[in-house]
Amino acid sequence: MTKQYETVIGLEVHVELATKTKIFCGCSTAFGGAPNTHTCPVCTGMPGSLPVLNKQVVEYAMAVGLAANCRITQVCKFDRKNYFYPDNPQNYQISQLYLPIARDGFVEIEIGDTKKKIGIHEMHMEEDAGKLIHDEWDDTSLVDYNRSGVPLIEIVSEPDMRSAEEVMAYLEKLRLIIQYLGASDCKLQEGSMRADVNLSVREVGTTELGTRTEMKNLNSFKAISRAIEGERARQIELLEEGKAVIQETRRWDDNKEYSYAMRSKEDAQDYRYFPEPDLAPIVISDEWIARMKEQQPELRTEKLERYKSEFKIPEYDAGIITESKHMADLFEATTAICGKPKKVSNWLMGETLRLMKERDVEADALKFSPENLAKLVELTEAGTINSSVAKEVFEQVFAENVDPDKYVEEHGLKTVNDDGALQEVIAKVIAENPKAAAEFKGGKEKAIGALVGQTMKAMQGKANPAKVNEMLRAALK
Amino acid sequence: MDIMSLTAVELGRKIKEKQILVKEAVEAAFAQIEAVESDINSYVTLDKEGARKRAEEVQRLIDAGELTGPLAGVPVAVKDNMCTEGIRTTCSSKILENFKPTFTSEAVLNLEKAGAVILGKTNMDEFAMGSTTETSYYGATKNPHNTNHVPGGSSGGSCAAVAAGECSYALGSDTGGSIRQPSSFCGVVGLKPTYGTVSRYGLIAYGSSLDQIGPVAKDVTDCATILEAIASHDTKDSTSVKREDYDFTGALVDDVKGMKIGLPRDYFGEGLDPEVKAAVQRAVKVLEEKGAVVEEFDLGLVKYAIPAYYVIASAEASSNLERFDGVKYGHRAADYDGLHSMYKKTRSEGFGAEVKRRIMLGSFVLSSGYYDAYYLKALRTKALIKAEFDKAFAKYDVIIGPAAPTTAPELGKSLSDPIKMYLGDIYTISLNLAGLPGMSVPVGCDSKGLPIGMQLIGDCFKEKNIIRAGYTYECATGKEYETMAMGKEA
Repeated sequence: MTKQYETVIGLEVHVELATKTKIFCGCSTAFGGAPNTHTCPVCTGMPGSLPVLNKQVVEYAMAVGLAANCRITQVCKFDRKNYFYPDNPQNYQISQLYLPIARDGFVEIEIGDTKKKIGIHEMHMEEDAGKLIHDEWDDTSLVDYNRSGVPLIEIVSEPDMRSAEEVMAYLEKLRLIIQYLGASDCKLQEGSMRADVNLSVREVGTTELGTRTEMKNLNSFKAISRAIEGERARQIELLEEGKAVIQETRRWDDNKEYSYAMRSKEDAQDYRYFPEPDLAPIVISDEWIARMKEQQPELRTEKLERYKSEFKIPEYDAGIITESKHMADLFEATTAICGKPKKVSNWLMGETLRLMKERDVEADALKFSPENLAKLVELTEAGTINSSVAKEVFEQVFAENVDPDKYVEEHGLKTVNDDGALQEVIAKVIAENPKAAAEFKGGKEKAIGALVGQTMKAMQGKANPAKVNEMLRAALK
Repeated sequence: MDIMSLTAVELGRKIKEKQILVKEAVEAAFAQIEAVESDINSYVTLDKEGARKRAEEVQRLIDAGELTGPLAGVPVAVKDNMCTEGIRTTCSSKILENFKPTFTSEAVLNLEKAGAVILGKTNMDEFAMGSTTETSYYGATKNPHNTNHVPGGSSGGSCAAVAAGECSYALGSDTGGSIRQPSSFCGVVGLKPTYGTVSRYGLIAYGSSLDQIGPVAKDVTDCATILEAIASHDTKDSTSVKREDYDFTGALVDDVKGMKIGLPRDYFGEGLDPEVKAAVQRAVKVLEEKGAVVEEFDLGLVKYAIPAYYVIASAEASSNLERFDGVKYGHRAADYDGLHSMYKKTRSEGFGAEVKRRIMLGSFVLSSGYYDAYYLKALRTKALIKAEFDKAFAKYDVIIGPAAPTTAPELGKSLSDPIKMYLGDIYTISLNLAGLPGMSVPVGCDSKGLPIGMQLIGDCFKEKNIIRAGYTYECATGKEYETMAMGKEA
């Protein structure tokens, strides 16, 4: 093979918005309800029901659009996308085709030291569908409309990405922007963020785009990455064999690491889009846009800079902490209570990351409270507990969000500051370890370690090791 | 029979004055239904038990002084495309044969607040598609004035029920003339309000951007009173308008002095039955004699209204009717093989020919490659038609024409030639495209004894002008309904 190929990728990203109620009715968007309990005549498509737009959906969509440098469509409209499927109770989805809420934006990604702009073609609002549950045993299907009418935005990028790495960086960037705006929790695994990948290959140096395929059913970053590699290889192989790539939609099976064709362009459905007559156009004033800009919360880049300047946190640490809005919120709230940013940062960068890795916990899923972390920082700082006890207590805080004050009290973990008691133990330890004592006296500095260890053990860890060290030295003089 | 010849407002007054009990009114209606329904077929569903229970409840509220409005205790019939909780709502289609809604439409709720007693649901063209009430799955409704003729449509059941004294008044819906044309054919007064005046929540949609609920009644006073009861700003309907003024009865004034009336030449030209023309002209003359200033003018684009309407209405209908798929409610085919077969069989069995025709037409005009040529062009035409009316209403307070080119055709003569049937909507359809209010008022009968309706057209939100003109005409000529046939005597 002598030809060099370039991969051209564009993404369609669906993000479920964090509204409390659905896009066109007052039903709850909460996960986990019994089937068809978060439903009403509107989201089950009952005859005579009518949609009413949830304003918060427009505001979230505007916020994301503005943060992604888009132009807001000041008179925007909903359209009906018609297709028959039982998860879609009206057999049309209310979406936007002709006048989507935002257009022509970009986000900037970084690969190493190189920055690159990824264009946003458009962003539109739409409703989610229900869920079909197939009962293989009965050979029947059941429908749950709890998700029907949950608000989504679809973010359509330009075909500006050239590798899986760029795709990951783009998705990560979108996730951070949207999480920081509070518009969605963006969890790929739970489906609150989903991506379809449009991919084509072309010979390096050509400017014309190759025939693209669209890949669906990608529900993790790893799946997306593998699917891109797989599809790139498949298309190149076709071209090398002198065959044509067919424009089609393919479904990625992450278990088999293979995609298969769902439908080709020829049998692509005609969605018969037309303006939704049940909803009035949305008129977005300059003032509204200005207000949304004003209300825009601090985004990740700004926060990172501020952590460096305000809290003197190193760039690397600030980067890790701000990578999750939840962790950044934890950091700031804890710092606000205890006033010790560096100590808080150390707990997050050290023990927290260690336990996250060990127990496979995502940053967004951390469940301890800033109050309890602040208490732990203060207990340590005041010398009430020593650092090894603190680590032990933190494990409990991390796992169960226990109150450190209570935990230390109940388990009797306070450092003993009674010199008399310590003196007795030290005398006993020296008497029981004559060899180590003699070695230390003989100038073997290292020998003190064993004695400190024995003393700490005898104290059940509740002594300050520095103090033990100091008193041992005094006793052995 | 005496009770059923009263207007709704007259009956309401007698109930208030305790001369008539609510249950007597309801029983009188059921007696008349019993007597004539086998000939007329106005109703798809009667709710005798519910109505009797409700009559007692309303009587209690009236006696307690909690219900004091003009319609309290007056029995009403509701077109079968408005959802009524627990009462079967079919749209006169097989596909909704056993459908009982879980909620009641806003317009009906408003009536209930005013103390209405619902007798049942009236027959209509299937999904309001038709001009004769012959496309109903539950059999055609007959014209009470001559049962060999149609009552018009699609609100034929509501209009026939009022004309035959099977209710005191009724609700209809109007997408292209479906209140005004059958009102004209049945010799009753029917009003289509400005788009957005009456909530569409609970109205099973045909053409969402054109549909509007309105009253069908024995006279203009009833019409204004009912409209006042059903009109409301409803936050559940995004197309509902918050109007400045909901006082429609305030326009019941016997005076048109100085009122400027325009007669579009195209509404009196070719295709109009000479007897209808003469009757409407006579009625206009009456208003002129009462002091109105009448002038002929040219309203442009009249001939484009029908194609624009059938493109838009069918397009919206093709989408609105997608939800009837056998999955969630209504008819489902008994035997099928997989999902697509279930869809196909259910919808093939469940929908009648006219509905299928419009679904196909609508799907076609929205198809990729045809959207611009048909749908977009129709939308542009709609905007131009509205502009034509805006121009006219800069000069006139009311525009007058016939409601339909002919009186009621004979049964069985219309459906074989749908294009001809569509052309019958020529005078009513533009109002739906432009969102304007319109009212049909009876102005006599033709030589066969079939009623003729005059259509009064107002500018958007100017129902008061047409109510005043209609009321003045009625005052000058005597109330037509007293002379109308009421079907067989009980």
